[in-house]
Amino acid sequence: MKIVVLLKQVPDTADERKLDLDTGLQDRDASDLVIDEINERALELALRSKDADKSTEVVVLSMGPDSASTSVRKALSIGADAGVHVVDDGLAGADAARTAAVLAAALKNVGFDVVIAGNEATDGRGGVVPAMIAEHLSLPLLGNLVSAELSADGVRAERQVSAGTQSISAPLPALLTVTESFDEARFPNFKGILSAKKKKITVLTLADLDVPAPSGRTTMVNTTERPARAAGVKLTDDGTSATALVEFLASNRLI
Amino acid sequence: MFDLSDDQQAIVDMVAQFAAEELAPHSAEWDETKHFPLDVLRAAGELGMGGIYAAEEHGGSGMSRTDAVLIFEQLAKADPTIAAYISIHNMVVWMIDSFGNDEQRAAWVPSLASMETLGSYCLTEPGAGSDAAALATKAVRDGDEYVLNGTKSFISGAGASGLYIVMARTADTGSKGITAIVVPEGVPGLSFGANEKKMGWNAQPTRQVMFDDVRVPVSNRLGEEGSGFGIAMKGLNGGRVNMGACSLGGGQAAFEKTVTHLKEREAFGTPLINQQALLFRLADMETELETARTMLWRAADSLDRGKPDAVKLCAMAKRVATDAGFNVANEAIQLHGGYGYLADYGLEKIMRDLRVHQILEGTNEIMRLIIEGWPPHERG
Repeated sequence: MKIVVLLKQVPDTADERKLDLDTGLQDRDASDLVIDEINERALELALRSKDADKSTEVVVLSMGPDSASTSVRKALSIGADAGVHVVDDGLAGADAARTAAVLAAALKNVGFDVVIAGNEATDGRGGVVPAMIAEHLSLPLLGNLVSAELSADGVRAERQVSAGTQSISAPLPALLTVTESFDEARFPNFKGILSAKKKKITVLTLADLDVPAPSGRTTMVNTTERPARAAGVKLTDDGTSATALVEFLASNRLI
Repeated sequence: MFDLSDDQQAIVDMVAQFAAEELAPHSAEWDETKHFPLDVLRAAGELGMGGIYAAEEHGGSGMSRTDAVLIFEQLAKADPTIAAYISIHNMVVWMIDSFGNDEQRAAWVPSLASMETLGSYCLTEPGAGSDAAALATKAVRDGDEYVLNGTKSFISGAGASGLYIVMARTADTGSKGITAIVVPEGVPGLSFGANEKKMGWNAQPTRQVMFDDVRVPVSNRLGEEGSGFGIAMKGLNGGRVNMGACSLGGGQAAFEKTVTHLKEREAFGTPLINQQALLFRLADMETELETARTMLWRAADSLDRGKPDAVKLCAMAKRVATDAGFNVANEAIQLHGGYGYLADYGLEKIMRDLRVHQILEGTNEIMRLIIEGWPPHERG
């Protein structure tokens, strides 16, 4: 079985994240760049399949600037077998539709039985790219999962919805998206770190991929910096603070 | 020489994350309840920390002493006690990997490197500490077996370990009559004393180990008869830089806590960090730590290259780093005022843990004898 894990390099959520107000794009120099945590969970799911069946091949696929190669390398140290990095100046600021079209083309190029992605990235938070890829490749989409079992016969998984839990399954090939219910990635061990350099990262550019020219793209109309945090509301207890607190919570839709 | 390679940086990052997530949140509780976290040690073993500088052939990580110094500093930032136990375990694994024959290495190293089996090192005795060559535990040959009798003291991990490397007397010829013998847990006649009540290092057990007609096959001997003292001393060179690195990590953690405290704590209308007298103290603390780090890296590099000055440099680095770590932890308590004395602030534990590093793996007084070329074991 060949599993491709989609990996996005994002600003570390532990740091302050900034938008470049002129371009509307994230300021990549403002914070440390790391593998999006949800993608690490996707990788862990793939590696557990590999633990159970050593013949499983795990490939990580990332589209991003040159800096994304460090995240691909990190995934290799955690245990992925190989990496594919799509990098091209023509992709700077690519929107969700363009990203999905390019990743779909790259997936066709790489080949796979299963694709695992995070349900949404911590930076863009669009949460639509995996579904678009599934559409491009005519794959069953098993999205927003809370658990999954992979085997050569197919995928069995569970998805939490507001009314309850759905048990779903699909034959391979298929595309899964995982949520925070999945386990965090294992630590890379010393052998993994020391052998990551010997693993192959294939670099692909737009010229290597059969991607149709985009018919249009999302344009950023306006960007506004998040306002500085205002001081909170202070309630002084004059005997009515319980009522005031309930009103505050209700008016902010917190209860 | 003083820049980390990409691999070393990745290793430091991983160990720091492991220590912050798996050790630091539990460190105070383990100290208070004297809990030896076997599950966390196994997790460390899975990451390659059980046989850092044992060869890859039988499951070791095949890394250098310099790498080990980087690793132990990071572990000790979260918990000097656990870091120090892992150092002792590594010495045991390295001894078997370096001085064992192929059968012994294949039999013992894999489960030690993964830390499924833990190792203890039995040199010190109630009557033989700094003067290790005076040890009295006897191993008498009886056919294909050795029969061991005697008592070892201050043994880290005793009672929890699966393998004990025992330095025992096979001839009455001083340091030349000592032999290294591997004793597995569970053999008849092997027993343990009570867990010692200690100033620090509470998260690892320290017990006496008693041998009462303990029989092990001659094939459990490491190297030749009489080679044990040399093995013991070679092991201690690496043990010294590791223990120095454990002091460095503890001291570094205490220093960083102090900087944060002085920035936050206000007195006389301004944060304490604005008091130049205190800033001078911080500068001295940080300089002392960096001096220790530099010495440790140099000593480890010398060990890695097998240079003749390694023994001396390891002794110097051990002395400098264990004194630096303790001094910085003690200063950190002073600069925290009353809070430094409270267990919740984590500083008094660092000081208690680091105190023993000035005593073990050769006291800092013995380090001075080694530096000036008076190895007491050569009295024969």
